[in-house]
Amino acid sequence: MAIKTEPFILNMGPQHPSTHGVFRMKVTLDGEVVVDVEPVIGYLHRGIEKLAEGRTYTQNIPFTDRLDYLASMTNNFAYVLAVEKLAGIKVPERVEYLRIIVAEMMRISSHLMAVGFFLNDLGAMMTPMLYMFREREKLLDLFDMVCGQRLTYNYMRIGGVSQDIPDDFLPALKRFVAEMPGFIDEYDQLLAENEILLVRTKGVGVLPKDLAINIAASGPVLRASGVDWDIRRDDTYSIYDRFDFDIPIGNVGDCYDRYWVRMQEMSQSIRILEQAIAQLPEGKVCADVPQLLRPPIGEVYGHIEAPKGELGFYLVSDNSISPYRFHIRPPTLINLTALKDMVIGWKVADLIITFGSMDVCLGEIDR
Amino acid sequence: MTTVFNVEYAAKKIIEAFPDSVAVVVKVAVVVNSNSLYQVAEFLKDTSGFEFDYLNNLTAVDYIDYFEVVYNLNSLEHNHSLVLKTRCYDRNRPVVPSVISLWRAADYQEREIYDLMGITFEGHPNLKRLLLWEGFMGHPLRRDYL
Repeated sequence: MAIKTEPFILNMGPQHPSTHGVFRMKVTLDGEVVVDVEPVIGYLHRGIEKLAEGRTYTQNIPFTDRLDYLASMTNNFAYVLAVEKLAGIKVPERVEYLRIIVAEMMRISSHLMAVGFFLNDLGAMMTPMLYMFREREKLLDLFDMVCGQRLTYNYMRIGGVSQDIPDDFLPALKRFVAEMPGFIDEYDQLLAENEILLVRTKGVGVLPKDLAINIAASGPVLRASGVDWDIRRDDTYSIYDRFDFDIPIGNVGDCYDRYWVRMQEMSQSIRILEQAIAQLPEGKVCADVPQLLRPPIGEVYGHIEAPKGELGFYLVSDNSISPYRFHIRPPTLINLTALKDMVIGWKVADLIITFGSMDVCLGEIDR
Repeated sequence: MTTVFNVEYAAKKIIEAFPDSVAVVVKVAVVVNSNSLYQVAEFLKDTSGFEFDYLNNLTAVDYIDYFEVVYNLNSLEHNHSLVLKTRCYDRNRPVVPSVISLWRAADYQEREIYDLMGITFEGHPNLKRLLLWEGFMGHPLRRDYL
């Protein structure tokens, strides 16, 4: 005689160590197998889009730090690029290089955190994460030299950056760039051939290519599914067209591919950093921009390849000192659309790692 | 580099397929009537030469006289982009058809617009508040919300 069972609803979060912030999932289970997942968000909603409508364009830069707080620099970058596009501002050559240097440092730092926490979710408690933190700490020290902050940088300005780099920054960065490939090899030795990592992640949480495009996934999640799309190359912004770098592509779209793509992207960021340091010109660090900017009437959608995906800003100007509409396109919120499809039929432990492999940041999802 | 699709040409093709669907062509976008939005979106997604398979961004703006819903479309194959818009003039009951069956990317974004701007997306299977809690009064991103 078959034993009668019934589905069971499990509430995960908002306070849960594997949810990377205040994220709640209503999980319907059949035994240990996931039948349905419903993400519930909004616990960190601060109304940034509404607040921004009452502040000037420059005053909104610190808000962008508080979106994806693990990659503040690229948030700054996306916002100032959108405003510059709206107002038609051209920035000095040195600024372009400085921005790309800090943005690629940020990408390495964000991916280190993503991989570290992903392994933490896998059950490799703390050890791999502390290896990642060791290198991230060096990056945070470098950011501290640049702008005096370790997390919320507020470094970029409309038309430039807030200040030039100090004299001891470039030698320290060169040392980091020289050392980092060795550390990436070290992670690879620890992780890439690890039996437990392979068994737990290969074939788990697959996001098929068609679905990835249909839900407008972006960043490493999209590329792990085998879509050759990187905004740095395909919709070049700033001066990314001057650098030579490869775009790693996964082939299955499982958790392992997402992990692998991030590891490879770190090496590519190092390549971009090497080229940018070698070419860095002297010059001004801010264009002549009026202190109280009034962009002409119009609208703009500016997007960049942030570490977690396509970060876009949709701005509408009515020629006043503050934006008429300030909309943020958060990459990880839109990537989350596919979570349900990726985890149905897998066990609760696989739900945790699939969610971990998507590298979400709740500051950006809830805004 | 993503090329911006010629707006005039896109509008011409849309009018050929669906007369009376295009309300106005502005400098950066094709604005269609909300009752033919779904057909036009389907046309842009499936017709060869357009093939907008990637919905970058979906948002709404409150211009007081009307709400404008903005679709930033992209084609990964051709690497071109187009902005599609629709307007709703009824402030008390703005309704726009949902495009979730074409691009599932619209799922959370339509819920977010419903939540913060108060625009109903007809055909969305799970249209409830996304960021604010159930029972919250009003829609904060409207210009008259203080």
